[in-house]
Amino acid sequence: MTSSASQNSPVAVSLTDLHKYFGDLEVLKGVTMKAHEGEVVSILGSSGSGKSTMLRCINMLETPTSGTVTVGEETIKLVTDRKGVVKPADRKQVDRLRTRVGMVFQSFNLWSHKTILENVIEAPIHVQGRDRKDCIEEAQDILAKVGIADKRDFYPSHLSGGQQQRAAIARALAQHPDVLLFDEPTSALDPELVGEVLRVMRGLAEEGRTMLVVTHEMSFARDVSNRVVFLHQGQIDAEGSPDALFNDMSNERFQKFIAG
Amino acid sequence: MDMQFFWESLVTLIPGIPLTLQLAFLSTFLGAFIALGLAMMRLSGIRPLDWFARGYLFVFRGSPLLVQLFLIYYGLSQFPAVRHSFAWTFLRDPYWCAIIALTLNTAAYASEVIRGGLLSVPHGQVEAARACGMSGFKLFRRIVLPLAIRQALPAYGTELILMVKATSLASIITIMEITGLAAKLVSETYRVIEVFVVAGAIYLAINFILTRIIMAFEYKLTPHLREPRITKVLALENESAGEIS
Repeated sequence: MTSSASQNSPVAVSLTDLHKYFGDLEVLKGVTMKAHEGEVVSILGSSGSGKSTMLRCINMLETPTSGTVTVGEETIKLVTDRKGVVKPADRKQVDRLRTRVGMVFQSFNLWSHKTILENVIEAPIHVQGRDRKDCIEEAQDILAKVGIADKRDFYPSHLSGGQQQRAAIARALAQHPDVLLFDEPTSALDPELVGEVLRVMRGLAEEGRTMLVVTHEMSFARDVSNRVVFLHQGQIDAEGSPDALFNDMSNERFQKFIAG
Repeated sequence: MDMQFFWESLVTLIPGIPLTLQLAFLSTFLGAFIALGLAMMRLSGIRPLDWFARGYLFVFRGSPLLVQLFLIYYGLSQFPAVRHSFAWTFLRDPYWCAIIALTLNTAAYASEVIRGGLLSVPHGQVEAARACGMSGFKLFRRIVLPLAIRQALPAYGTELILMVKATSLASIITIMEITGLAAKLVSETYRVIEVFVVAGAIYLAINFILTRIIMAFEYKLTPHLREPRITKVLALENESAGEIS
């Protein structure tokens, strides 16, 4: 991975002056960042720094209080209702953008009443309206890619955490997303299961996928990502190539953070 | 012990079974829709709807079914407006009065069962569906409701059994279901014990079968709560797939 690989390609996700309040608490204090197509961006920061909130604003699981979110060419339209609550102006636009953004959650969130295969083909068939047979064939390929082809007819509860997270990645891939969001994908896993998920993610990065990854895995941030964004108290504190950032001894706060 | 009379009682009461089942199933079925509506009203967050549902629950859960039955069957006919309305085609008939009372009653109880089911749906799974671009009715139908039903099923099964037993009250408004037939037979023979022992046994048998059906249904809906049993099938499938490629 070279850090300059994708800086010239089109912008996949762009956040401009993003603010987010939860009640009186300001969680994001004006975050501006871009992710280019094919770029892998690691988002680091201690807990409460707003990194998950920022990620969740991209697909409107959280609605920013102010600022703009642009996915591809399309900026999400927001309005303020009579009570002063900001919400998306067009639910259909949000649904449409969400199909282009795959999300992987910390706690997997697989649908427990559906088999792994059913989880993977659910959105392609029932949201995107694609042909069932094609979806099943493709799903099997994707499951093979993440290494759980033999688990397709099992239910999520029958799988280990690592397998469940790989199934969740497969589910996100099946939507043919332009961007993949990972919200602490390995934080809920036993240490010995972290590796198998990171391996899959590393493979996706090598395919040239656009990925935004909130993580505590320093090895992933350092070795796999093109760019690292370090959030501190709702603001971007430092940003740059992993080499530059990890070796910048003048940034005490970041050095202290990575030292644990 | 007069086995002959037991047998005769049984033969007399058996024709009441279809009516008992009809009353129980039809009203539980109709009540389920009202119950779903009430549960949604309570969870809607819209004050007037929430209050309406709470009021409904308070009235129909708080007063005896028999009183409701009397009010609908004897009470409503007191109003000329009711007698001259279209509703009279139903309300003049004790069968429909029983269906209406049972439906309204079960709706109250079942709405709480359904509400509990809806509340138990893990937020993360709903969020995952949203993140895939699912929303509105499709999200409800494909993710929320299936998860809620699985949670609500055991309690709903109990409600169905309670309904089978509640139908016996319909005998008071001249309906000749099992208990109605039993009461008639008692008034003809004065042999209370034998007749009602048989009647009770019939209810027991119905509910025994019903519990089995509910259990089977529950079993079918919850493969994710059991050990996987498909390993062998999969192994065979992979084998044959390997032969082709």
